[in-house]
Amino acid sequence: MKVLYFAWLRERVGTGEEDVAPPAGVTTVAALIDWLSARSAGHAHAFEQRDVIRAAVNQDFADPDSPVTPGDEVAFFPPVTGG
Amino acid sequence: MIRVQSDDFDIGAEIAALTAGKTHIGGVVSFTGLVRDFAGDAAVSTMTLEHYPGMTERMLADIEAEAHQRWPLDASLIVHRYGPLKPGDNIVLVITASAHRQAAFEAAEFLVDWLKTKAPFWKREAGPGGDRWVEAKAVDDTAAARWHK
Repeated sequence: MKVLYFAWLRERVGTGEEDVAPPAGVTTVAALIDWLSARSAGHAHAFEQRDVIRAAVNQDFADPDSPVTPGDEVAFFPPVTGG
Repeated sequence: MIRVQSDDFDIGAEIAALTAGKTHIGGVVSFTGLVRDFAGDAAVSTMTLEHYPGMTERMLADIEAEAHQRWPLDASLIVHRYGPLKPGDNIVLVITASAHRQAAFEAAEFLVDWLKTKAPFWKREAGPGGDRWVEAKAVDDTAAARWHK
C-alpha cells in the first residue's frame, strides 16, 4: 500500500510517500490512521488532530469508514486551500 | 480543458485560443486569482503552492465536467499554478464561454467556489514573521455549499 502525505502532514511525518504493509485487520481509513500513528513520533504528531485531517483513497476523497486494501494509494492532508 | 503548471499564463492568449473559430460564443467570463501581499495583519513575501499530482487533474476535470452538465457552455478552461509565487503573481485562471452571459457568469463562479474546496492544493505563506500553512476558510465551504441543489 502506498501512503502519501501533503502539506504539514508531510513535514511532521518527515516524508511525502512511503510503502507500508499493514496487518490484515487494517481495513478502513480510520484503522490505517491508528496503525500509522504508532510508527513514529512524527506520525503520531501528524495524526494527532484527527478531525482536521482529510483522506483520499485512489485519488478520491474518502471518509474514516472508507475501505482500504493492500494495492491502494492512500493520501492524507489538511483541508485544501487552492484557488 | 484543465492544466496544472508552474509556469505563468497569459489571459488574453488563453481566451483567444479557447474561443478561436467558435463564433456562436456570445460571452466570455474570466476569473484570475492573484497572490496578495498580506494575510490578516501579516505581510506575505512568498506563497508556495503544493498539490497532489494526479488527483489534482482528476478533480479539476470532474469539476469542469459538472459545470458543463449544469450550464450550456461552449468552452471552458481552468489553469492552476503550483510552486513558489510572489505577490501580484497569477495563481489560478478560470474561463467560461457561452452563447449568453448568464451561463458564463454562473459557471465561472461555480468553478472558482468548487476548486477552492475540492482541488487538492495547499498554500504556504512566508513573510517577515515566518512561514505558515494557510488554513481553510469556512466562508469558502459556505460559498461552495450554495451550489448544492
